[in-house]
Amino acid sequence: MKLQIDVIKTQGNFTLQAAAAVEGQRIGIFGQSGCGKSTLVHLVSGLLQPDRGEITIDGETLFSSAKNISLPPEQRRIAIVFQQAMLFPHLGVKANLLYGYKRCRTANRRIDPTAIIEVLQLEPLLKRGVNRLSGGEKQRVALGRAVLSNPRLLLMDEPLSALDDALRFQIIPYLKSVSAEFGIPYLFISHSVLEMQLMTDRILVMKEGKVTEETTPDQLARNRMAASQTGYLNLLHLHRPSMQNGLYSYPWGTGSLLVSDGIAEKTSLFELSSRDIILFKQHPEAISARNLLECTVMELFRSDGRVGVVLSTFGEKLIAEIVRSAADELDITEGSTIFAAIKASSFRRLD
Amino acid sequence: MLSLTPEDIQAILLSLKVALTATLLSLPLGFATAWLMVFRPFRGKMLLEVLVNLPLTLPPVVIGYFLLLLLGRNGWAGKFLDAWGMHLVFTWKAAVIASATVGFPLLVRSIRLGMESIDRQLIQASRSLGASWLDTLLTVVLPLSVRGILAGSSLMFARSLGEFGATIIVAGNIPGLTQTIPLAIYDYASSPSSTMMALSLCIVSVVISVSVLFMHEMLGRNLERKESL
Repeated sequence: MKLQIDVIKTQGNFTLQAAAAVEGQRIGIFGQSGCGKSTLVHLVSGLLQPDRGEITIDGETLFSSAKNISLPPEQRRIAIVFQQAMLFPHLGVKANLLYGYKRCRTANRRIDPTAIIEVLQLEPLLKRGVNRLSGGEKQRVALGRAVLSNPRLLLMDEPLSALDDALRFQIIPYLKSVSAEFGIPYLFISHSVLEMQLMTDRILVMKEGKVTEETTPDQLARNRMAASQTGYLNLLHLHRPSMQNGLYSYPWGTGSLLVSDGIAEKTSLFELSSRDIILFKQHPEAISARNLLECTVMELFRSDGRVGVVLSTFGEKLIAEIVRSAADELDITEGSTIFAAIKASSFRRLD
Repeated sequence: MLSLTPEDIQAILLSLKVALTATLLSLPLGFATAWLMVFRPFRGKMLLEVLVNLPLTLPPVVIGYFLLLLLGRNGWAGKFLDAWGMHLVFTWKAAVIASATVGFPLLVRSIRLGMESIDRQLIQASRSLGASWLDTLLTVVLPLSVRGILAGSSLMFARSLGEFGATIIVAGNIPGLTQTIPLAIYDYASSPSSTMMALSLCIVSVVISVSVLFMHEMLGRNLERKESL
């Protein structure tokens, strides 16, 4: 999917002036609240009209002030998943799911209700009223409803913000799988670096009504490492642990990691903050941290006053964060060998 | 005991007919006006708001007089209707127009309250799922305004039953033709010997009003039960 935007929209004393051309299936729009992300969603979906400019998707013009084109929202085939599920309260789950499907031209119907009901595990919910669903269930139905309208693009406007942590990471696999399984590209809007890392390949960063940069999730996380409260989050998909002295030993690359909070016989997603990795120049004799990894320094990067150290170990990659004076003291250079200590309890299980 | 003359029964039936017709005729216009006020930004919105609410603050007699001027043979609308062979003044249809005018602000107000409680994102969701604005109006806005419509209709129906000032001026007080319950009570009240007759009609009025309120409550509860399923 190729999205080209060059628009100006003034609302009160806020002006959005966004120009970007981005290509991909999983595109993120990142920015703090009030930066114009939601306005951009409204402009792309046609719920709001730009003052002037042009919006095209895959070469088709959705809006152009010069050519006097402005497709109404119902003709754009762009479905939105909102922060709140926004299910129609007067309709049941099934009628909600089929709302967009019924209005989709037969020629455009690629996705079948039974397939989506299976992927999103909606079968047990079908007979229920929407007011009897939990937050996560509602969001799954909303996602199904959006996908069943057979859109050419899904706009996910902070779809996880209203959910608590546990639910967020339960919903993410659904969001990813429907898009991948049915080949629907999406724009994922969020102010969370972690969600960007999990959901997107390319990112447009917005600030004060403008698109200020186009970047990758990894680059975004690196740039915000020092400013972020949690540092850079290393994400690890680990599976099939064995038990070892009361800890879970997960195979990782060519080695293994000891983790305190695992789940047997299940793939789990863990985050590890760059600040929870302690670096040693030489092999320490004894240490309480249960993971001591011999690493090669691949790369060093600056993020405000901090230094990010990209480590390679067991054929995998980790990013550690140290202050500049520590970098000088340790005399870390690219290609040098270093030891990284990580406590088993530093791995936080996300799902 | 209730003692009703054939004229009284005619007055009761006429009252019901006038109130029902006025309510049904006003509903589509009331819905459209409320929608315009809630969902459409346009210049002169305040003017429309003042105009719609005007009958609420004006004395009904004044409204009746204006209607008489408008619908009378020399009135602007009267001439137009005359050309089509229609004479409204001093017929039950004039009573309908009087009731509709007086009750309209109540109807719009209630529907508006219902519409204002609809989350805008529901409408946006509907549009982005492929529904045109008319489709959205019928399948999202209308069903979600049902409570407001119901409340507004009950209020308007009840207000029409009680309409006196505007009706007596524009439709007159002709027994069997334009005499509604309040007008008949007014007649009885002017003669000291008819206290019982007046009281009988008052009791009928109370019974009708209480039934309307009961029906409104029941329908409301029914809706609530459906929503919580």
